[in-house]
Amino acid sequence: MPSTVVTLKVNGRAQEFLARPGTTLLDALRESCSLTAAKKGCAQGTCGTCTVLLEGKPVFACLVPVETVAGRSVATLEGLSDGDTLHPLQESFIELFATQCGFCTSGMIMAAKGLLARNPNPSRADVVRAISGNVCRCTGYEAIIDAVLAAAAKMKNATPIRKKAAE
Amino acid sequence: MQDLETIDTRFFSAEREADLDVVGTTVPRVDARAHVTGKTQFYEDVSFPGMLHLKMARSTRHHALLKKVDTRPAEKVPGFVRALTHKDVPNNWYTILRLIGVEPNDEPVLPEDRVLFQGEQIVAILAETAEVAGEAASKVKIEYKDLPAVFDVEEALKPGTPAIKPHGKNYFVYEGHHCRRIRFGDVDQAFKEADHVIEHRYQSAPIEHAPTETTGCIVKPEGNGRFTIYSNTQACYFTLDNAALIVGLPFNKLRVIGGTVGGGFGGKVDVTVEPIAIIAAMLTQRPVKYAYSREEEMQVSSPRAAERIYIKDGVMKDGRIIARKVTLYVDAGAYSRHSPYGTTKAAAHMPGPYSIPNVWVDAHCVYTNRTPSSAMRGFGVTIGDFALESQMDRIARMLKMDPIELRMLNAYRDGDMKAHRKKAEGCALVEVMQKAAEMTGRKLPERFKKMSSLKPVGSKGEGI
Repeated sequence: MPSTVVTLKVNGRAQEFLARPGTTLLDALRESCSLTAAKKGCAQGTCGTCTVLLEGKPVFACLVPVETVAGRSVATLEGLSDGDTLHPLQESFIELFATQCGFCTSGMIMAAKGLLARNPNPSRADVVRAISGNVCRCTGYEAIIDAVLAAAAKMKNATPIRKKAAE
Repeated sequence: MQDLETIDTRFFSAEREADLDVVGTTVPRVDARAHVTGKTQFYEDVSFPGMLHLKMARSTRHHALLKKVDTRPAEKVPGFVRALTHKDVPNNWYTILRLIGVEPNDEPVLPEDRVLFQGEQIVAILAETAEVAGEAASKVKIEYKDLPAVFDVEEALKPGTPAIKPHGKNYFVYEGHHCRRIRFGDVDQAFKEADHVIEHRYQSAPIEHAPTETTGCIVKPEGNGRFTIYSNTQACYFTLDNAALIVGLPFNKLRVIGGTVGGGFGGKVDVTVEPIAIIAAMLTQRPVKYAYSREEEMQVSSPRAAERIYIKDGVMKDGRIIARKVTLYVDAGAYSRHSPYGTTKAAAHMPGPYSIPNVWVDAHCVYTNRTPSSAMRGFGVTIGDFALESQMDRIARMLKMDPIELRMLNAYRDGDMKAHRKKAEGCALVEVMQKAAEMTGRKLPERFKKMSSLKPVGSKGEGI
């Protein structure tokens, strides 16, 4: 089967590339788009290190054939900060020591981003559920859960101010 | 942070020369910003035009002679580039710790006439893509003649069991001895004098580190004749030195870029992927990537060694342990890797943090047809502690004694001679237990509250 031209909207920008049949969204991001924040920890949908947002929802990019999502929008960790200004999730992960080796971090933050988009007031149990598909072998998870909750609190407090500024 | 107390420097008088001031403060991690922005460069985040992918045809047998290895079916897969066997490896035999004088070189980069464990790499296949390399590797035809396999450490040491390796017996030799030994006092005499003798057997299974990033490397031939090795090794110089010796290049022809490890825990200090990837890059003059799949990481990478430990203690009614005899077996699996060192650590760790006047230890580093074991967080010590502390709890139960008090009675004090002839210094076990008791609201009798690790000169242990 021949390769196909695939277009994706990645972090707000249109990306066009050739994909062999069966190419995963993860390989397309890493190899064709040079976006390497999403990791390949297992290539079988069990570790979560490849988590990205597809139309705002967390998916395991290693399980998604890229042809099936042509034309849709994808968000990766590279697009999260606004220039030098970090997203509250990124700030909290630094402040609360939620990173160690860093290999799960990208997937964790994107899974958390997906959660906060649909539930800005998550309980601890909500956070645990949201990252339940993401394996971390270093931290023991508690610092990560704390960081997500801290980011949620920050965003809640920050939102009205930003809205006001926009008005 | 308000709970932190001033450090009592008396316990560190010999070690502390500067006033260190980091404890009690928050120091941001230097790598955190790169982690949360996705800018940290792991080895797999680089790639090069024309990069080849290496996959291994692996043993499906635990112990077998290689009758025939036929790579022709693999060569027919479109995208196949080259197969590598032991004949392509300039210096095929090595052992990682030869760098510190450990011998013999008991492990082949690629096996010559036999395989010693299931999953052992046999033939390296190079191809244009990882998928093709995997498919071609699965097509290599290997004919085996099965040999009897040994999976149990004590069975491996039985007189009738055949040696599984071409050289030597089924154990590592320590300065002419069949095991690492410690002899301190006279355990047999002490067992006669003891009020109780208590003996138990402890055993653990191999434990896989399961890092989220699998083991791997990318090797790039440079225009100046050098090779750049992008690796996730935890031990850049183990890799550089061993690889140079294996591939037969001067050390300065290899450059290792490493130090960023997606989870190591000791699982990435072996030198398993880099040498063959360097040879592949030398022979093809193309960049080569050799990355373990998740399955390979779980099946093939070295786990923590399984151990079996027998502990026999002579105990007095008042709780003093007067003799401890330990027979310990570390399952090294098929090859030495770091296990001879781990077994020495295991021996030196006995009899635990306790002053016991009579100690006898035989620590065996045993070869079996299981996945080679190696380093993992406190290897040689962790399983020993599980055994020792389980034994302490059993002694306490037998004597109907508080397990904390039993440990405090026997805890070593500053100046005590340990079984392996090192003086105990900077001891704080008594104080740690006192603090733990206080923090958990556990009432200690007055004489235990007064105990100290600072042993008055001439005394023979307080509280007894």
